[in-house]
Amino acid sequence: MSSSPPDRRPIGRPVAPLLQAAPLALVLLLFFVFPLLATAVVSLWNYTEYSLVPDVTQRNYVEMFEGCSNLSDGLCTTFRTYLSTLRLCAMVWAFTTLFGFAISYFLAFHVRSDTMRMALFLVCTAPFLTSNVIRMISWLPLLGREGVVNQFLVGTGLVDQPQDWLLFSDFSVVLAFVHLYTLFVTVPVFNSMMRIDRRLLEAAQDAGASGWQTLWHVVIPLTKPGLVIGSIFVIVLVMGDFVTIGVMGGQQIASIGKVIQVQMSYLQFPAAAAQAVVLLGLVLLVIAVMTRLIDIRREL
Amino acid sequence: MDKPIRAGRRQLLQGAAGLAAAGLAAPAVHAQGAVTLRYVGTAVNQHAGIKEKVKEDLGITLEYIPVTSDDVVRRAVTQPNSLDILDAEYWMLKKIIPSGNLMGMDANRIKLVGEISTVFTKGEVAGRKIGDQGTAPIKVSYLPARDGKTFATGQTQWLTLIPTTYNADTLGIRPDRVGRPISSWSELLNPEFKGKASILNIPSIGIMDAAMAVEAMGRHKYADKGNMTRAEIDLTMRVLTEAKRAGQFRAFWKDFNESVNLMASGETVIQSMWSPAVTAVRSRGIPCTYQPLKEGYRAWAAGFGLPKTLSGRKLDASYDFINWFLSGWAGAFLNRQGYYSAVLSTAQKSMEAYEWDFWMMGKPAAQDIKAPDGTVMEKAGSVRDGGSFEDRMGAVACWNAVMDENDYMVRKWNEFIAA
Repeated sequence: MSSSPPDRRPIGRPVAPLLQAAPLALVLLLFFVFPLLATAVVSLWNYTEYSLVPDVTQRNYVEMFEGCSNLSDGLCTTFRTYLSTLRLCAMVWAFTTLFGFAISYFLAFHVRSDTMRMALFLVCTAPFLTSNVIRMISWLPLLGREGVVNQFLVGTGLVDQPQDWLLFSDFSVVLAFVHLYTLFVTVPVFNSMMRIDRRLLEAAQDAGASGWQTLWHVVIPLTKPGLVIGSIFVIVLVMGDFVTIGVMGGQQIASIGKVIQVQMSYLQFPAAAAQAVVLLGLVLLVIAVMTRLIDIRREL
Repeated sequence: MDKPIRAGRRQLLQGAAGLAAAGLAAPAVHAQGAVTLRYVGTAVNQHAGIKEKVKEDLGITLEYIPVTSDDVVRRAVTQPNSLDILDAEYWMLKKIIPSGNLMGMDANRIKLVGEISTVFTKGEVAGRKIGDQGTAPIKVSYLPARDGKTFATGQTQWLTLIPTTYNADTLGIRPDRVGRPISSWSELLNPEFKGKASILNIPSIGIMDAAMAVEAMGRHKYADKGNMTRAEIDLTMRVLTEAKRAGQFRAFWKDFNESVNLMASGETVIQSMWSPAVTAVRSRGIPCTYQPLKEGYRAWAAGFGLPKTLSGRKLDASYDFINWFLSGWAGAFLNRQGYYSAVLSTAQKSMEAYEWDFWMMGKPAAQDIKAPDGTVMEKAGSVRDGGSFEDRMGAVACWNAVMDENDYMVRKWNEFIAA
């Protein structure tokens, strides 16, 4: 941006770019870095029923991992909660990636006209015109014991009695997540696919590659940045969620977000902060591994 | 508002508004100009009807700030300056009073203080002691001094809260699906209702419902269900965890609407419930009973508290508002929704005789019982579940509470959800 002629450039470090970056840096400092540091600091505080006690204590971390070293009577709460959250996260990630990839592939390579492609793409985003709480809650009357799906199944004689696993189960949670978040994978993957030079596909065909070989050796490697970005969206969203898991899981499925929410509501801010710090660490680790596998910046 | 009217649309409008307000205001407040009170509480008592009536009778503007019950505590403890009137539940006091943010209210300034229900002043109904397990209002109603941070053991001049509403909670059932009489809390964990039961996912209340069930099953007799020992918490959570693993619960609910939907859609047939939720299910034409049980009710109570920082006109206005609240109109308004009000004698005067008989005396409705908005809540001839005020409040076993071992209990509850 500093395109001033060489003779006017100040000696030493140019100031203009710093000034240009300053507003964003300030905003990030104030609303991102500072709260994060505050969370980390508070996680070391002590607390009582009605007050926070500034302190440096390991209490919150110790209590979080209480009993975790003893595996004889099953996993401790924290590990079990993380396991439950990670398991959901893995399932949601697998399905959203699969569907997101398939939808993008269809849009990018099968639809011929640009107008049609954009029209269909907009159709994909249409559900986002309603709030995501409504999109989630609208599953309830559909999947319930006396819901539409069960009435249909029983009515057609496919099953003898209403199926309880349709709602308030892992199934319903994953279904709602996939419904909510597939677009977050579709958009970046679609974007990556549209950047693929079509001549590469022709070259692959000319070189005798089958459709699957082209997909595996040409399309997937070139859409990796989109896949990674989409995955980061989904993983971050699912790991921190407590609303969807709560509503669709009938509040019976453990998630880290829910634990944090319960602790906050009982004014146990330091304990919640400690949970948040551990969760943040874990998510950052996952993202670090993913970005290590693929250098997003170079690929973009 | 009483600036001289100058040219310009804005000033004209302001002047007009000022005149309008002055015209409506009651004399005492009129002399000082309009007062706005920031009223923080759960939406339970924050009715537009009350707000309009207060404006009309006192000239005081209530600014409702509806928050969740967790946030009521959080606000009172961390931001007492952000409110003028706190509508809190009695169990919250164990967290709020030690913070020193509430003032003891002067009994001499509450006109009807002597008329407040004996539930609060003596822990009695009709001369009989009622259950006081948990944070019973009688234990936390009084402070030893205006700025006390601990509770007084007997009656004093300084009140923590002036009661607004209270009620006795029990299990809601779907009589059409259950198909037999239910008379004990133990039915909540009865395998007969496997996959069709639910409790609240609010740890401090959920564990008390569970304790009622555990005690009814004869597995343990608690000294105080509202203040368990660690061993008792462990035991209760173990029973709950067994039930959860066996698939007893269809879901847990966290808010009012969830509980209504679970029951109305047939996902559950027996669950802990709040009284208006039962009414909501019934108003959809679905049978639902707020089932009285032989072990008694789990009760709760709410009231107005004033932050210590309140002074001058706002303090006077707050006392005016509270005195007005006890004077009958508001009490009748709340009684008609199935809650109980603090001063029953004045509420009775503001209610029709047939309404009083239905809501308070447990008699069959002489004519259709209508909600404040005019919709029919109960048809003529129906009887209130659980009967009269004396029958219901007299059978209270325990009160919503905060335990001394609250931290431990919350951790155990998280463990239970993860199990």
